[in-house]
Amino acid sequence: MNHSQKLTSAILAITAQLLSGATVRWRGSEPDSCQRVYFANHTSHLDALVLWSGLPRQLRAITRPVAAADYWGAGRVRRYVAGCFNALLIDRHDISVRNSPLDIMLREIGNTFSLIVFPEGSRSPTGELQTFKSGLYYLAKKRPDLELMPVYLDNLNRILPRGEVLPVPLLSCITIGAPIWLHQGEGKDEFLERARQSVLQLKEEQ
Amino acid sequence: MVPLSMTLIDTDVAEAVKNLLAIDGLTIGLLLIVIALLSSVSFWMNWLKRRYHDSVDPAMIRVFNRRIVAWLTIYVLLGLTVFLGPITTLCFFLGVSFWALREFVTMTPTRRADHRTLFWVFFVFVPLQYVLAAYSGDRRWFIAFAVLIPVYGSLFISARIAFAGEAQRFLERTAKIQFGLLICIYALSHAPALLYLDLIYYDAASGEYRPWDQTKSRLLFFLVLMVQLSDLLQFFWDRLYGRNLIAAPIHATKSWEGLVGAALCCGAAALILQWLTRITPFTTYGAAIMGMVISLMAISGTMTMSAIKRDRGVSEYGTLVQGHAGVLDRIDAICFAAPIFYHLTRFFLGAAVAG
Repeated sequence: MNHSQKLTSAILAITAQLLSGATVRWRGSEPDSCQRVYFANHTSHLDALVLWSGLPRQLRAITRPVAAADYWGAGRVRRYVAGCFNALLIDRHDISVRNSPLDIMLREIGNTFSLIVFPEGSRSPTGELQTFKSGLYYLAKKRPDLELMPVYLDNLNRILPRGEVLPVPLLSCITIGAPIWLHQGEGKDEFLERARQSVLQLKEEQ
Repeated sequence: MVPLSMTLIDTDVAEAVKNLLAIDGLTIGLLLIVIALLSSVSFWMNWLKRRYHDSVDPAMIRVFNRRIVAWLTIYVLLGLTVFLGPITTLCFFLGVSFWALREFVTMTPTRRADHRTLFWVFFVFVPLQYVLAAYSGDRRWFIAFAVLIPVYGSLFISARIAFAGEAQRFLERTAKIQFGLLICIYALSHAPALLYLDLIYYDAASGEYRPWDQTKSRLLFFLVLMVQLSDLLQFFWDRLYGRNLIAAPIHATKSWEGLVGAALCCGAAALILQWLTRITPFTTYGAAIMGMVISLMAISGTMTMSAIKRDRGVSEYGTLVQGHAGVLDRIDAICFAAPIFYHLTRFFLGAAVAG
């Protein structure tokens, strides 16, 4: 990252914090530089940026939100901004064995980076938590050392709802829960449901 | 020979410097006394906490300390206003208004269809109201300031929600947004608008009205002091003599005894303050009545906001989003007192009265 990107990165983080008025609550976990996968509910375009900017500065530098290449890779400005918040661009359409998103993620994070993923796959139309896609399961299986952190993002769908361009600066809340891991011999559906429940539980705890 | 333009600039600069240094000794003195009192109370509370940490409820001290810090901030800012001009205070209140409205709308459920209306409210009406407050000293602009939100704002909000095309709970949604705008922005903007009032006072010696040429921050200082005094006095009256609650389902401690006691004590305090220092342009009895009115409005504000909180099932606006101080909890009283104080002052002592 060069100097101008570092500056833009800091400005982006502050803007996102001001706009979302986000309070960050760590429930059963602490900020740490170990490798993690933050998985959150997805209701707004702002989700990735706000969650990323809610992390402490040192963690922001080593945390990469997974974003759609068809949106963030289009055009120089978006590519530049995506580079500033460390986005890991994944092509949603061109998925093949040779070009598997999972392999890209595993390759890109190496032994230092953490990830922010939205296992629902796309923004929820109703605000309710949808079923999780299987990527999280395979990630946990290939890299059992990663801490899987459930995150619940509250009120962001009111700040920038689906289909709106202009945000309304209400207050929001980011709750980060205790890490989970894949159990020995746990099935895919079983694990994904447990992960989904861990996010729902944070919602109810508020 | 000095060119004409030079002299003009020189006098302008000299004038500006003179204004900047025209320190109002009385206001600064009173401010320092209040700040010193508050700080010593804060220190004393902390000492108490350390000394008797097992017998004093730490939560109560924490709440009390937070309140004192909020009050100190306001007084320090008022002090700065005297040096830096009214624009500093105006910007401070704009920030407070904006944050209070965020809390209010966050707490009030709105629908997807209200999104664009809210965008207008936050980014057009809020700044515009404060820009107009800065020009409210001018008689023509004063009218714009006074009607922007009650007339243009409320009509616009209802129309914009209708244009958004969702009929469900139309009146309820309109009322919620209008009320938030009215309390958090419109009412509060009258506090800094006090700094732009053009006033006269009754000179008893000559028996006629004269222009009142003191620093306007005195009025704001008087308002804030009375609101907080009323808060404090109610607390003690309710604790000591509170028998008949005003409305138990709305507020668990506010009593009729507290209401009357605080209003009378505030009136007495205002009377003594005015008699000793001549801080406001009112007569001594006028100041006493103002003190009572402010106290009554402060209680009304607390009760109203408490009713909304009870309806939404939250105890403090601050707990909506944990970690935030809850700006709306601090300003409910001043929101109700400010517009009434402003308009009474302007009605009786506005420069236009003398003609």
